[in-house]
Amino acid sequence: MSVPLLNASGCLDALTAPEVATMLDAFVTKTVTPLPREGNPPPRIAEVDGWMLNSIGLQNPGLEVFATSVLPRLRDVGVPLWVSVGGFSASDYRTCCERLDELDGVDVIELNLSCPNVEEAAETVVELMRASRGATSKQLYAKLSPATPDIAELARSIAHVGADGLSLVNTLRGLALDRETLRPRLALGPGGASGPALRPIALACVHACATAVELPIVGIGGITLGRDVLEFVAAGASAVALGTVLFRDPFAPVRIRVELEEEGRARGYGSAGEIGRPVPGSASTSRSYAD
Amino acid sequence: MSVRGTEWIGPYVLLRLECGELGPGVPGQFFMLEAPGQLLPRPMSLCLAPPGELAFLLEPIGPGTRALAALRPREAIHVLGPLGNGFDLDVRRPLLVGGGIGIAPMPYLSEVLGGPPAILGFRSERHAEAARLLPGAEVVVEPRLVTELLPGDPGDVLACGPEPMLEVVRQLAPAAQLAWEAPMACGYGACYGCVVQVDGHYVRLCVEGPVL
Repeated sequence: MSVPLLNASGCLDALTAPEVATMLDAFVTKTVTPLPREGNPPPRIAEVDGWMLNSIGLQNPGLEVFATSVLPRLRDVGVPLWVSVGGFSASDYRTCCERLDELDGVDVIELNLSCPNVEEAAETVVELMRASRGATSKQLYAKLSPATPDIAELARSIAHVGADGLSLVNTLRGLALDRETLRPRLALGPGGASGPALRPIALACVHACATAVELPIVGIGGITLGRDVLEFVAAGASAVALGTVLFRDPFAPVRIRVELEEEGRARGYGSAGEIGRPVPGSASTSRSYAD
Repeated sequence: MSVRGTEWIGPYVLLRLECGELGPGVPGQFFMLEAPGQLLPRPMSLCLAPPGELAFLLEPIGPGTRALAALRPREAIHVLGPLGNGFDLDVRRPLLVGGGIGIAPMPYLSEVLGGPPAILGFRSERHAEAARLLPGAEVVVEPRLVTELLPGDPGDVLACGPEPMLEVVRQLAPAAQLAWEAPMACGYGACYGCVVQVDGHYVRLCVEGPVL
């Protein structure tokens, strides 16, 4: 069974670890903004109760340095490229998409519409998607927050203004306090929470959107094992991206592919397309409820 | 990698692992150690590299380091490394300076450099028990500080310790090689979590350091 494996944006640098990037079907860059950003002050990461919190703050060299210096080196890595873009206004997204539209080697533009660690744009997600669509003919994926109140409705709206796909989901905002001092463990306080505990939340988002729209979906959130990939496919994802697991295991893409093959075969699936979508009222378990 | 054993040294624990196919790397480089039950591995610089073994000195102060300290012989953990940039060993008059758990890389560094002079500082006599990992070192206990013992012409200083200590060492010996610490998720440049400020810009300690 083959399911395309990507990295989640911000969870891999293909230039410092090309051997990991080449294990993937496509490499997704760290989010690029029109102007360079130093990012947030450290400490930027903490682990709490099975979650990872991060507050990197979109550190990146800016659109021009990315286009002229980083992108050529990324092309040399030899994997299809998804460029994640972000900003603080519709104009920022438009600027990024216009510039990337001119460039060879950018296969997909993923709009980061959901970073929990920087200020949000004043415009709505739909307006940001519309502005981006007007600036490029390249494939446009929208990366959404799991904290979206009605994510299926949002998916319908952005499909209507020209999204080509969805990346579901980004991190969920959380706060970790030092047990002794009761002060935040990250310099700016809250951060984006990720890890295996995000998986059921992400699955619910994928399932809701797959039921609402026909767009292809990249499932993201706590994938650690091959069987996690099967769950995302069952919920409606056509590809998946690895995030936090890459930090603890850079060889995870190879391991997960092997596990996916074994898990799929054990369940009698020859391809991802044979996995049926769960429908309401079809609850089932193969084991005792008291697992 | 299989655990050979753990040994308490004062409040610290020396975790000894079978090295398998991993080499020890350059002193000052680090390894990412899987901490059982934790989501993220923990970065540790190599303390000792006897034949067939990699040994790490750690201070069990949180869930990750406590899980590592609780490992039993023959248990196995994943280890990634050696990572980052270690000390530049092309030095004429090396002087090793370590503070607290920052003495961790000093025994292996001392071995590779042929036993140069060393000054170690600790916050209590109990912590100072770890000085036995570096026989012959000069040892001070708070309220005395290692930086008070730095000679006027300290030579080539190679230091590791708490940030305030490293800041003072840098003032007294501007050319000193300093091994820094930061929370790290990956250790190989992926997460941008471990940045430190260099010349006004944030750089990843795991890629640019940890020796800066």
